[in-house]
Amino acid sequence: MSKREFITMDGNEAVAHVAVRTNEVIAIYPITPSSPMGEWADQWVSEDLKNIWGTIPSVAEMQSEGGAVGAVHGALQTGSLSCTFTASQGLLLMIPNMYKIAGELTPSVFHVSARTVAAHALSIFGDHGDVMSTRQCGWAMLCSNSVQEAHDFALIAQAATLESRVPFLHFFDGFRTSHEVAKIEVLTDDDMRAMIDYQHVLAHRARCLSPDHPVLRGTAQNPDVFFQTREACNKFYAACPDITQKAMDKFAKLVGRPYHLFDYVGAPDAERVIVAMGSGCETAHEAIEYMVKQGEKVGLVKVRLFRPFDTKRFIAALPASVKAVAVLDRTKEPGSAGEPLYQDCLTAAFEEGRALKIVGGRYALASKEFTPAIVKAVFDNLKADRPKNHFTVGINDDVTHTNLPFDPSFTTESPKVVSALFYGLGADGTVGANKNSIKIIGENTDNWAQGYFVYDSKKSGAMTVSHLRFGPDPIRSTYLVTEANFVACHQTVFLERYDMLQYVKPGGVFLLNAPWSAEEVWNHLPRVTQQQIVDKKLRFFTIDAVKVARDSGMGGRINTVMQVCFFAISGVLPKDEAIEQIKYSIKKTYGKKGDDVVQMNLKAVDNTLSNLHEVKVPAAVSSNAELLPPVTSNAPAFVREVLGEISANRGDLLPVSAFQPDGTFPTATTQYEKRNIALDTPVWDPATCIQCGKCAMVCPHACIRGKVYEAALLANAPAAFKSVDARDPEWKKSGCKFTIQVAVEDCTGCGLCVDICPAKNKTQTKLKAINMAPQPPLRRQEAVNWDFFLALPDVDRRRLKVTSIPQQQLQRPLFEFSGACGGCGETPYVKLASQLFGDRMIIANATGCSSIYGGNLPTTPWATNPDGRGPAWCNSLFEDNAEFGMGYRLSIDKQKQFAEELVRALAPRIGDVLATGLLTADQKDEAGIYEQRIRVAELKGKLARLQQENDATAKSLATQLLGIADMLVKKSVWIMGGDGWAYDIGYGGLDHVIACGRNVNLLVMDTEVYSNTGGQMSKATPRGAIAKFAAGGKPAGKKDLGLIAMSYGNVYVASVAMGARDEHTLRAFLEAESYDGASLIIAYSHCIAHGINMTTGMQNQKAAVASGQWLLYRYDPRRAAAGQNPLQLDSRKPTIPVEQYLLMENRFKMLTKSNPEAAKTLFKQAQDDINTRFAYYEYLAARPFGAAAKPEQPLPPAAPAA
Amino acid sequence: MDLTTTYLGMTLRNPLVMSACQPLSEEISNIKLAEDSGAGAVVLYSLFEEQLLTDAQELHSHTTAGTESFAESLSYFPEPSQYHLGPEGYLKHIQKAKAAVTIPVIASLNGCSIGGWTEFARQIEQAGADALELNIYWIPADMNLSGAQVEQTYMDIIKAVKGAVKIPVSVKLSARFTNIANMAKRLDDCCADGLTLFSRFYQPDIDLDSLEIKPRILLSTPQSLRLPLRWIAILHGRVKASLAASSGIHNAEDVIKMLMAGANVTMLCSALLKHGIGHLRTVERDMARWMEEHEYESVKQMWGSMSQVECPDPGEFERAQYLRAVTTYRPA
Repeated sequence: MSKREFITMDGNEAVAHVAVRTNEVIAIYPITPSSPMGEWADQWVSEDLKNIWGTIPSVAEMQSEGGAVGAVHGALQTGSLSCTFTASQGLLLMIPNMYKIAGELTPSVFHVSARTVAAHALSIFGDHGDVMSTRQCGWAMLCSNSVQEAHDFALIAQAATLESRVPFLHFFDGFRTSHEVAKIEVLTDDDMRAMIDYQHVLAHRARCLSPDHPVLRGTAQNPDVFFQTREACNKFYAACPDITQKAMDKFAKLVGRPYHLFDYVGAPDAERVIVAMGSGCETAHEAIEYMVKQGEKVGLVKVRLFRPFDTKRFIAALPASVKAVAVLDRTKEPGSAGEPLYQDCLTAAFEEGRALKIVGGRYALASKEFTPAIVKAVFDNLKADRPKNHFTVGINDDVTHTNLPFDPSFTTESPKVVSALFYGLGADGTVGANKNSIKIIGENTDNWAQGYFVYDSKKSGAMTVSHLRFGPDPIRSTYLVTEANFVACHQTVFLERYDMLQYVKPGGVFLLNAPWSAEEVWNHLPRVTQQQIVDKKLRFFTIDAVKVARDSGMGGRINTVMQVCFFAISGVLPKDEAIEQIKYSIKKTYGKKGDDVVQMNLKAVDNTLSNLHEVKVPAAVSSNAELLPPVTSNAPAFVREVLGEISANRGDLLPVSAFQPDGTFPTATTQYEKRNIALDTPVWDPATCIQCGKCAMVCPHACIRGKVYEAALLANAPAAFKSVDARDPEWKKSGCKFTIQVAVEDCTGCGLCVDICPAKNKTQTKLKAINMAPQPPLRRQEAVNWDFFLALPDVDRRRLKVTSIPQQQLQRPLFEFSGACGGCGETPYVKLASQLFGDRMIIANATGCSSIYGGNLPTTPWATNPDGRGPAWCNSLFEDNAEFGMGYRLSIDKQKQFAEELVRALAPRIGDVLATGLLTADQKDEAGIYEQRIRVAELKGKLARLQQENDATAKSLATQLLGIADMLVKKSVWIMGGDGWAYDIGYGGLDHVIACGRNVNLLVMDTEVYSNTGGQMSKATPRGAIAKFAAGGKPAGKKDLGLIAMSYGNVYVASVAMGARDEHTLRAFLEAESYDGASLIIAYSHCIAHGINMTTGMQNQKAAVASGQWLLYRYDPRRAAAGQNPLQLDSRKPTIPVEQYLLMENRFKMLTKSNPEAAKTLFKQAQDDINTRFAYYEYLAARPFGAAAKPEQPLPPAAPAA
Repeated sequence: MDLTTTYLGMTLRNPLVMSACQPLSEEISNIKLAEDSGAGAVVLYSLFEEQLLTDAQELHSHTTAGTESFAESLSYFPEPSQYHLGPEGYLKHIQKAKAAVTIPVIASLNGCSIGGWTEFARQIEQAGADALELNIYWIPADMNLSGAQVEQTYMDIIKAVKGAVKIPVSVKLSARFTNIANMAKRLDDCCADGLTLFSRFYQPDIDLDSLEIKPRILLSTPQSLRLPLRWIAILHGRVKASLAASSGIHNAEDVIKMLMAGANVTMLCSALLKHGIGHLRTVERDMARWMEEHEYESVKQMWGSMSQVECPDPGEFERAQYLRAVTTYRPA
């Protein structure tokens, strides 16, 4: 037997470690928080990792979870050991096949990082909503509560499924377990081989479909036999609990960790007991150990095997002394008699004749905190004669009053534990360094270690909070650190907004990265921070980590510097030993990335200690500076009182009544955040500017805008407000002024605007018409200018020539200040659509990046114009977005039709002129829409008067028409999403919707990977690109979605790249929207997942088009109707070899470093693809069409193969 | 007709060498074509240490950018267990080239640190290169850096590399030295086995539309050969090192002139980029024809025959030539 090692890893890796070694066929699809399991599988297999039987498993990414489960089903039926990983909606998509797999008694394990299911809102966080939705499928359900258990149960499940033939769903809590980094004892291959009886594998193989011993499964049965055959499986379910326990016993004997289907912990004479599943059990376990020591008679039953539910074992697990039981469900089943675990426990008690007081409650939905204080509250409830039933705990339900009160100050954490909190920016590497620290401590000392990381809801300027614990005993605290021995603030900007020291213990340590000296730093702290330091008698250290990092060649990544500081101050390890370990770790981590990278990190280590200083803390507070409010003072009440509290990290304290019960939120709320995250921001130079509008067009965050206005309006302009004569001849002759204004407080500092600016300063060509400058000195002045700018009237949309970018860009964006990555390649398209059509736009948004930056709380970037109009937005699912949007269209068209019918019916009462005007309105342009809105306003007035009349019929018709009169004004339906949706999971729906020919506009923001889940391969991923699930470089070519869409003939199709030709993009958007049918715009979107400099992302777009990797074209069926070729190829012949473009992006270049031979082959094939595809498109665009076409045409070039 | 020559201690079948240039030598099939077209040797494109460092840093930067920031996308790339960030690709290329041809394969190295120069030189030797050309392409833009310091850097590099490898080492020189002859002598004293005259420094251009500096590579013209011709003629017979002529060699006459000036070999690049690698065969054929017409039996016969020491009027290579040129020139 090989020796087991203690290694730190997260739950996903711990599970994948076993799954990959005990399976042969693994079908995967990305979904948070389970994606890393598939990523590990793909990576290990690409590195030739063999399973315990000596063969490399086959890993295949499918187009959806529905596809993955289908592939698993097929693999199982043909005798392979097969598994998959998923969560949430993904698991729901597997349900139909789960019934089949179970019905066919097929052994398999699905590993699920349990996540809530989208209802009133999507959430990526953990609860049991998803797994509970599958409890009826006939799968065994095994729950693990910690990283070690997830590792162990992955194997126990595999052993038990093979023997029992009942498929197993092994689940553990999303994020809390899947992403918690912990020190675990890692099972060896020998352990795995010992656990799995190969006879059961052979039995599985023997049952497989084979023409050598043919059988048939999946028959269609009739009422005569279906029932009996369905009952035939009963004995397998009856045997499953015993088999599972047998596997657990074998595991205990082998490894030394005993598990039972129901594990009881607590007082042997407990009177009050909690029953629960998942990571919350660890917290409850910790709390109960503490309470028992205090003399409380309490206990906990950890439910391991939830299905099949063994009622006898459950009852047997409860001490005879138990009087009251609280069953905690981490899910909500509205309208039920109780949540699932509660109902099972009730049934068990009833059937086993055990008289118990049993209540049920809901806790910790979507990773809500579950702390010892909450555990105590549940036990306190059980003390009552009539404990509250169907309770909630951990929230304030002031509407239906379900919640139990709790005292947050109750803690049970061991004093032997050292806990630390680190506040960092995503970009500074804080989390990575902390994971490394856990590794150092966990793997080099006897200490146990735990790390959990909390991330921001924004993708740019995101704050990360690392929660670390170290101690001599196993750590069960599956809740956030609130009593830290050590707090580090890695960015001074946090000091302005947050009480950084709220969670530090008295006598603890505060480490601040700041640009000030040890003597100066105190005076830069806000009052609340000084107060905490003085009151809690903290030791205070400071370092200018940015300077140390820069001097060491590390740029802005201060991770190594701060890590050294942590070890130097915290005393977790002797300083010298810690530094030695850090250096060893640096060599191990970065060695493969070259000696230069190693050396700069080592240099940073050596440079740190001499720059770390302890601050002499004054006896009294001297600062008057208060924390900045989370939102501006002019924000509406809801924004201040609800959204602002979420921004300030106080969302947990908001009561149920603060929210709409149906998930509705106001739009236009990002404007109140003023995140001030840019270090540098653009500054406009009016003298150099040519007023082309390109800067405004590419700005991903709508932070740079232009306006043309009457000169007289400048009378009250702030002193620093800049303006210049408008250059456009029409406005120039009327003496209008022009201004480009930057919202410096909302800007992310990405620099795309500067990069795209074509105007250069005549005397200093390094300067353009916009140049980056440090933001802090500009903040106050430009905030005043921004307010003045916003108050200037927008140019009348009817006067704008929308086909001209300089004029079109004067349209107000109705999508602003999103949380997308700085320099995002998608949002400029979204913003453009909002400018052009936002006041009449309704959006169906596929789940993905765009649904996150578009709809992730606290604030929403979709905005309104001064009339209060703006895009209405909803996210249904990932897979159904096209259909969802088509539903909008069907609904709107139906209501419009009905409204027109009512107008006709009421024409004698509202006047024929108005009725005719309403019914025949030409709404092709802004003026037409404007006129129609006036007509509708007039109509509404008349209808209101009709409602007052006694004519019952007219009154009824008027009432009906009033409800839908707005539908008489054109509505623009937009269906948006990324390539994961359009090419893969939602492709079937997209295909159907475009084929239907309804007037919808589909915008595919093609980043060529699943960006939101971390860059997994999609069918849009080009050949040769490295992506997750394509670690060896994607061998297949990109799917030509546009060509497929064109094949219908009645679909408008455009392929655009704003950075290559912005006017082409604009034209395509206008044409698409004006086409009365389905339109598909495929928009090249550079992305952080491409491994590029995001500041120059538009240059990558340009190169993609110049190389022919991305084609610009428009296919307009209206041209065909006019006898013209509908396809216009707008790309010129490639001017650069594709390799030149590919080497600009890490996703391709990386392959030259990881597998140079494959890179050479795939890059050559990529060039061949381009040559073939361009020739084919040239042919299609050049061929005579309609009457000009002759019957005998030369054969076209072969269509490019994907 | 004996076209053989000696270069860096090696006997070449003729003095036509394919110069270091990426488009010419990055494909093994092209190296084979050069041999088939009659090349006496090939110099592979340069291994740039700076590029390797930049690549490593870029890779690190791009694989860490945006990571650990957002809960759904904690990273954007898989993390392979191994990268080929060193010169492995180049070394493999040397091995493949050696396996593909019988003519000498000369590697080219462009370092940016002493450690880089020596370590890569060692690896290049181990990979099987027959010789190594050091391409010291350096624009000293620092106003505080003296000419002596610049020159010393060259000496330090050649000493270090020579100390590290046993294969012959040549230095590709810039023409921008106060006294090229002195530089050549000092390099010769440092045991450089060969000098390649000269490295063509690509000069930047201004794009008036975009107001940007553009590299815009200009291929050499036959007129470019005058400068190396002069210095090869001056150095011939005065240094032990082999002399390679580079710049402006387009046809057989150019080759012959260089040989007569004293070059051991001539390196062709622009002509091959323009006319294809097969152009070597034309040059070789024309050269043989000229020699036959002029009754030369071997390259050795003409080697250095027009060098400063052997020519009838040595002053023509120095100031006297300048004086005569400017005083006798009349516009046509």
